[in-house]
Amino acid sequence: MGHITLKQVTKSFGEVQVIPPLDLEINDGEFVVFVGPSGCGKSTLLRLIAGLEDVSSGEITIDGRAATEVPPAKRGLAMVFQSYALYPHMTVRKNIAFPLRMAKLDIAEQNKRVEAAAKVLNLTDYLDRRPGQLSGGQRQRVAIGRAIVREPAAFLFDEPLSNLDAALRVNMRLEISELHQTLDTTMIYVTHDQVEAMTMADKIVVLHAGVIEQVGSPLELYHEPRNKFVAGFIGSPKMNFVEGEEAVKLNAKCIGIRPEHIGVSLESGDWKGTVGVSEHLGSDTFLRIKMPGVQEHMTVRVGGEFGARHGDTVYLTPDRSKLHRFDAQGLRIA
Amino acid sequence: MATQHSRSAARIMMAPAVFLLLVWMLVPLCMTLWFSVRSYLPLRGGDQGFVGLENFSRFITSSAFWPAVQTTLIIVGGVLVISIVLGVLLAILLDQPMWGQGVVRILVIAPFFVMPTVTALVWKNMFMDPTNGMFAHLWRFFGADPVVWLTDASVLSIIVIVSWQWLPFATLILLTAIQSLDSEQLEAAEMDGANPVARFFFIALPHLSRAITIVILIQTIFVLAVFAEIFVTTGGAFGTRTLTYLIYQRVLESQNVGLGSAGGVYAIILANIVAIFLMRIVGKNLDN
Ligand SMILES: Nc1ncnc2c1ncn2[C@@H]1O[C@H](COP(=O)(O)OP(=O)(O)OP(=O)(O)O)[C@@H](O)[C@H]1O
Ligand SMILES: [Mg+2]
Repeated sequence: MGHITLKQVTKSFGEVQVIPPLDLEINDGEFVVFVGPSGCGKSTLLRLIAGLEDVSSGEITIDGRAATEVPPAKRGLAMVFQSYALYPHMTVRKNIAFPLRMAKLDIAEQNKRVEAAAKVLNLTDYLDRRPGQLSGGQRQRVAIGRAIVREPAAFLFDEPLSNLDAALRVNMRLEISELHQTLDTTMIYVTHDQVEAMTMADKIVVLHAGVIEQVGSPLELYHEPRNKFVAGFIGSPKMNFVEGEEAVKLNAKCIGIRPEHIGVSLESGDWKGTVGVSEHLGSDTFLRIKMPGVQEHMTVRVGGEFGARHGDTVYLTPDRSKLHRFDAQGLRIA
Repeated sequence: MATQHSRSAARIMMAPAVFLLLVWMLVPLCMTLWFSVRSYLPLRGGDQGFVGLENFSRFITSSAFWPAVQTTLIIVGGVLVISIVLGVLLAILLDQPMWGQGVVRILVIAPFFVMPTVTALVWKNMFMDPTNGMFAHLWRFFGADPVVWLTDASVLSIIVIVSWQWLPFATLILLTAIQSLDSEQLEAAEMDGANPVARFFFIALPHLSRAITIVILIQTIFVLAVFAEIFVTTGGAFGTRTLTYLIYQRVLESQNVGLGSAGGVYAIILANIVAIFLMRIVGKNLDN
């Protein structure tokens, strides 16, 4: 179970309204990712759901029961913090058992659950160590272990992988996804990492200044962004935006085209530009191209290797079927 | 301190300080050891030569010795318990966001800046005086007979006075420790179902253990040597004669420098036993 509904929830810190009225529905068993730029209110929203912050107005329901006034411990949710928040003076075993001890479970049952969690998370050999004697990835797993022994209705993760190095992050990402498959429990996951959001989510919630810009599956957001913000935020490298003459030709204020949807040629094409920087990754080549009459650089992705250098003239041809048009309000024209 | 050169330069630079410290410590220590094996009665014939360990056996067999050791330990223990228990509570209180926090913090620290003699006089005359003291008024207000603090509850009175002096120190150290407690840990514990009391005992107190051991160590060393508070209030009467006070009496009241020095050597030994004992606890606590 883990069906969470937010109805007209707002949050203000003093005078400042960080979250304007917000509605959100999270279904049982879903993997929901909150993304958005720094300071947009992702953590705040998560903490509101957890009960670590009081809502200023609005209602939260968990599994059909009003949870707005319920203290965090009674909501049946478990949270994994960015800093892991392990108890440094307790062994891994005691850390994981802590929620069970607080729930006054008998010792045998506690041990059984801790062992089971440790097995799932490959922590069996580390049960008698202190958190200080573990690597970052292991600490992360202990934090997750402490969350799963409680068998919560939903897991809340606040940027759990941001302290890990790139390789480990990929690993943990897969492990968390796998955990979601096995447990089949609702997970709410905060990140500002594109790749995490796209690969892990069943449903992505894009936030901007406390407002939900769009909710949808990763590919929905990629193919049909509701507005310019979502279009620019989802996808890496960023979508290119072109205003002015080219946009007017297509009856729009602004047009957007992803780097992977532009063809490049040294001989001919729709748009002419000069190469600024070319980045060779082996599998792909990213070109930053300056076009006359366009404010920003255009980023173009070419599969494989492409022999263009700084200062070369190239021609770009956007794939018309993949063009996005935006009106003056920044909304996408279907 | 990487190179040979910078290391020897560092040694030369430190030499004066090390020398001064050594002289400062070693000269009195050697003099104490020297006098402790001699019969030295300044008003009754002066230095009367080497007497071996006679001073030591006389000091320890005197009827005042063991009670003095006991009193010393009771006072140290009492002060530690009071200043740590209240210190933890005060530190938690001062950590809460409140109006005028800065001023309150300075006020709490203030007693530490008052000289021991003044502290003792203030307590003796303002609070504990059986006719005009605040406590006497308070007792009478409730219709009770005022307690004659310094005679009827003399050890307790000394403990209260010394605790009052050392509470700010404990509070200050514990407050900085509490401020370094990661708030996410408390939130995690809250999510894990720990109520405020459990959060205190399972999260905050273990976090404070290191600071508490440091407070115990430092306070023990200083409180073992408490003197002015006793001198000003009871003058060592009514069971408040500590080891330090006993040594003072032997040297100045009985004019027996040799005997007093032997007591001094015992005090050094006692302080070292306590210090070694504490160092081990602290060492254990600082390790993890
Ligand atoms: N306790 C607080 N008091 C006042 N303002 C706060 C408080 N907590 C957060 N804010 C403000 O609320 C806004 C949202 O903060 P939040 O921590 O939710 O951002 P975030 O989306 O998690 O950002 P990041 O990706 O950097 O973690 C920020 O502008 C922040 O300054
Ligand atoms: Mg955050």
